[in-house]
Amino acid sequence: MLIALLAVAIGATIISGMVTVYYDAPQQMGREFRSYGANMLLVPTGDQQWLAESDLQGVMGLLPTDKLVGIAPFLYEKIKINEQPILTAGTDFDQVQKVSPYWQITGKWPATGSKEILLGAELAERMKIVPGQSLILTTGAEQTETKAVVAGIVRTGGKEEQFAFMDLSLLQKLLQKNEQISLAQVSIVANQTELQTLADKISEKNPMLAPRLLQQVAHSEQTVLKKLQALVFLVTIVVLLLTLICVATTMMAVVTERRKEIGLKKALGADNKAIVLDFLGEGCVLGALGGVLGIALGFFFAQSVSINVFGRAIAFSPMIALFSLFVSILVTGIASLIPVRIAINVEPAIVLRGE
Amino acid sequence: MSLLELKNVCMTYGKVKALQDINLVVEKGEWLALMGPSGSGKTTLMNIIGCMDKATSGSIILDERDLSNVSKNELTSFRRDKIGLVFQQFHLIPYLTAVENVMIAQYYHSMPDEAEALAALDRVGLKDRATHLPSQLSGGEQQRVCIARALINYPMLILADEPTGNLDEANEEIVMKIFHELHAEGHTILTVTHDMEVGKQAEKCIIIDHGRIAESKYNR
Ligand SMILES: Nc1ncnc2c1ncn2[C@@H]1O[C@H](COP(=O)(O)OP(=O)(O)OP(=O)(O)O)[C@@H](O)[C@H]1O
Ligand SMILES: [Mg+2]
Repeated sequence: MLIALLAVAIGATIISGMVTVYYDAPQQMGREFRSYGANMLLVPTGDQQWLAESDLQGVMGLLPTDKLVGIAPFLYEKIKINEQPILTAGTDFDQVQKVSPYWQITGKWPATGSKEILLGAELAERMKIVPGQSLILTTGAEQTETKAVVAGIVRTGGKEEQFAFMDLSLLQKLLQKNEQISLAQVSIVANQTELQTLADKISEKNPMLAPRLLQQVAHSEQTVLKKLQALVFLVTIVVLLLTLICVATTMMAVVTERRKEIGLKKALGADNKAIVLDFLGEGCVLGALGGVLGIALGFFFAQSVSINVFGRAIAFSPMIALFSLFVSILVTGIASLIPVRIAINVEPAIVLRGE
Repeated sequence: MSLLELKNVCMTYGKVKALQDINLVVEKGEWLALMGPSGSGKTTLMNIIGCMDKATSGSIILDERDLSNVSKNELTSFRRDKIGLVFQQFHLIPYLTAVENVMIAQYYHSMPDEAEALAALDRVGLKDRATHLPSQLSGGEQQRVCIARALINYPMLILADEPTGNLDEANEEIVMKIFHELHAEGHTILTVTHDMEVGKQAEKCIIIDHGRIAESKYNR
């Protein structure tokens, strides 16, 4: 009996755990995939050159805050650094870290509002500059010179390695382009359709903005998730089957063990209905107990998976708990069918024969 | 009309002829002892009379009902209402107390009634052992619980297969005394026994041999 209880508990653990992961994983994975960079670009419409920084505030209002990973503004301009014309980007480093967590920094990130510079690795190598060195920036018609310090070198594996980066407000000031940006990168947890809906909403409310979806990554995200869910589903089914077999065998052993008792009850006048109710009742109690135990274990299982793999806690879902409880009781009920049949076939005559 | 009438009852298990042409009449209030060597068919006969098995052929009339062609379910309800069973191995449920073991017969019959169950235990002198488990009772005490259980639903016929077979002499005496009292109260009793001394205490002895009634005599 204890073994059957354990089997049901394990079954329920897997069900509730798996179902939780099943429903939670897409969200978590979504967030995880977001570390591969932005999945939406906001660029100016038509032949405009610039976006106003304030437009981004409007966009932020349209995006669900719990899904938004980050929104990083970029202002691109060629300026002279140590007398060489270099493509330079002004940005918000806090947001860049959220949108593109894969950027690898040697040295440190420039502090917001400082005159620190982040150099692309290729550029740094070409200019033979290491973190800590000073640079001269030359900007404007008057060839104003500004001194800046290299805070770090960035590796991305992409064309960012040829750029220099600095604080957005610094670049805006140097260029006298207050409030102006070239584009913004958005990273948001959403599937392809949700993303399209958001994009439509953005362009409708902000005629100055043209959202572009970065499709490829988002697409493979979906396929991987689909495969993962299919796998989880399969594992759950197999575990359910195993639980079923285990409970059925234990119940069968219990019935065989209690043959005498069943015979006695029949000899005392118990009809088949009474015997069936006895065993189904026992089965349901077993299912319910195992289910509750399993739900608790399953929650901790899912919780630890979530924390260790995705680094994020999950909330207890009463719906999943109820569902797991229902499935456990159903499985034990089904598993009891064969043993109950055996119990019904026990003859009362055996009690007089001292087998 | 007799309480029980068997006519040409035969029972075969495959090729084994356990009972052949049994004719037997039991009147209300009689106490019969079935005797005979091992394997002669005593338990088989008890099972048939106790509605736990169906005879291969012949007719059994219990309380004016013919049992030869009723369904298993009807046999169950017949057994529940008319028969009280006492077993050689007591067959008490080990995880239930004495009084609960009596109440389980009430449960399958109609409604458990603790007061009545306690009264039945009092009847066999076990009032103060009501909350004990079978493992805490002696063999004789367990058999008395079994008798209390057999009596609880007011059966018309009490069947006891070797009721003293597992008991020592002192306990045998106590149990036989209860049977005497029951007989005196007018209960109809059928006991199976190997023991001549026990058999003699009944009103009438039926000797079975090789599945046939060999002798039927009154004791004095
Ligand atoms: N279920 C069965 N299947 C086959 N044969 C059986 C079955 N039950 C009893 N028999 C046979 O029927 C015969 C009578 O058996 P029964 O148990 O009635 O004897 P008994 O008089 O009660 O013996 P004992 O005194 O040892 O209890 C025996 O030969 C036995 O082997
Ligand atoms: Mg026998």
